[in-house]
Amino acid sequence: MALWLEGVVKEYAGGVAALRGVSLEIPDGDRVAVVGPSGSGKTTMLTIMGTLERATAGRVEVAGRDVGSASDVDLAGLRACEIGFVFQGFHLQEAMSAVDNVALGMLYTGMPLRERREIARGALDRVGLGHRREFKPAKLSGGERQRVAIARAIAKRPVIVLADEPTGNLDSRSGREVIALLHGLAADGATLVLITHDERIASSFPRRVQMRDGEIVGDDRA
Amino acid sequence: MTSATAAAPAAPAPRPAAIDRARLPVRELFGTALQGLKTRRLRAALSALGIAIGIGAMVAVVGVSASAQANLLAEIDALGTNLLTVTPGQTFLGANEVLPDTAVPSIEHQTNVHSAAAVYQISGANVYRTPLVPAAETGGIGVDAAAENLPAVMGTTMASGHFLGQVANEFPEAVLGWQAAQVLQINHVAGHLMVYLGNTWFTVIGIMRSAVLDTSLDATVFISLPEAERLFQTQPNPSEIYVRANQNDVVGVSNILAATADPQNADGVQVSRPSDALQAQADAKGQFTTLLLGLGAVALLVGAIGIANIMVISVLERRGEIGLRRALGATRHHITAQFLTESALLALLGAIAGLALGAAATQVYAISRHEPFVLPLYALLAAPTSGFIIGAIAGLYPAAKAARLSPTEALRST
Repeated sequence: MALWLEGVVKEYAGGVAALRGVSLEIPDGDRVAVVGPSGSGKTTMLTIMGTLERATAGRVEVAGRDVGSASDVDLAGLRACEIGFVFQGFHLQEAMSAVDNVALGMLYTGMPLRERREIARGALDRVGLGHRREFKPAKLSGGERQRVAIARAIAKRPVIVLADEPTGNLDSRSGREVIALLHGLAADGATLVLITHDERIASSFPRRVQMRDGEIVGDDRA
Repeated sequence: MTSATAAAPAAPAPRPAAIDRARLPVRELFGTALQGLKTRRLRAALSALGIAIGIGAMVAVVGVSASAQANLLAEIDALGTNLLTVTPGQTFLGANEVLPDTAVPSIEHQTNVHSAAAVYQISGANVYRTPLVPAAETGGIGVDAAAENLPAVMGTTMASGHFLGQVANEFPEAVLGWQAAQVLQINHVAGHLMVYLGNTWFTVIGIMRSAVLDTSLDATVFISLPEAERLFQTQPNPSEIYVRANQNDVVGVSNILAATADPQNADGVQVSRPSDALQAQADAKGQFTTLLLGLGAVALLVGAIGIANIMVISVLERRGEIGLRRALGATRHHITAQFLTESALLALLGAIAGLALGAAATQVYAISRHEPFVLPLYALLAAPTSGFIIGAIAGLYPAAKAARLSPTEALRST
């Protein structure tokens, strides 16, 4: 089981509840689109799945490990090796070339730079940017930047890829390319959880989870 | 380690039950920190400047003092530390003792004595350019009778002309010390240059260069002892004897000198080693001024605050990067280490620049003063080390601030 959430509650200071008892099982290799209006708790759920935040209550297992009992250092290790993030805002380092941005994704695995660059070049080839390796992000289009970010997320071959509105800053054509790319990566067997507002993108996923007010209100499988 | 884990090397490694630790090798840590600095070059250079100035000032103070000291020590070495002086002391009642006229030959007979030269003070004699100069204007110049080998024993040479010789024993000839020549406004010996010395005209035959080991000789005019005895009734009792001992037995010679000079009254003889006083002076020069060092330290402190300031701003600006790194698997410690290293490297680079700056200042000083260029080894080591440590301390607060950032908030900020 790639992800397993049971009765997960997340409350912020001041008593605001972002999640009110979410239970969800996502088996290895599943591809899940999470949809729902703003403030429904999608991103909070994703950050808890990504171990960037801890749940206030409930049980969370990521890649078969109980997150609640793990130390911060252990969780960092989990993120370094098993989880790949794709953000709406790309979060690329402007001073680094595409290949170094992708190599940065493996920095905290302790792998030496040569090896990381080698893998990064392969990952850029996979996302169709082999010819843009030495380009800085400023010289890349939005779609290309997101593809660099995807290469960064998948280069270390994580068990889970978490994407928070990866097409939010892209035109529809680039968006479609990025989604197609993410679907293609499922061939690796990685589990993909993707947040989107776009119904058409959601409908391309074999499983769709709907959220509202911090709860799951729908879980359809095509 | 059990034997079971060592077996089956060919089987594919199973997914480890324990979580892989997030790791950041030291090399990668320094690479990351350098990358961070390279991205903001101008800012890094400006904030390192404070450290550079502080370290530079301190290195220059240390370097200049060391160069001045080395110069004086070299001078002392060149003149020799084997010079001893013998002077008459004073009796219990305060009256002046008198050295016997046999003192110089006795001293010269000692085995480890290389050479000895005496001067005899001529009291009541003054020297003028002409008899028209008012008698009170002596210019502070003394008159001594001197042995022919005085310049050789003092380790000095003639600036012009030659020293007293055989002729001077028969005729009124005089040699000027370097400072006496200046006062009398005589720059070099040419023609029949005369000075008026105690009612007699003396021909100036030479000007002696400075005798660094006893600069009192510089303000003196020398004539021969026979002339002094004839004209001024000077007694042949040396007022000071300069002795060159063999370098390897200076202390031994100095111990027997008093008894050798005056066997009847050894207690009435003073023996000293002029290089000791100069050595102490050199050591004093080596002690760089505390005040200047303090100013350097203040500059360094200001530099450190500048770095802390710039790092705090940097952390605020780079929230997105910090969040990303946490998402990529950085622990809080990795973030702390990154910013600490960045801050320390920044100050280290500033310190290296400061070292170069201070060394250059020392070099300029040394060249302009014709002194040797000396930079103590400890300064070479302490400058970068202290820079690194100061930077690390300045980075403590910003680094802790960076590590405390919540990764989700940091990611949201961009």
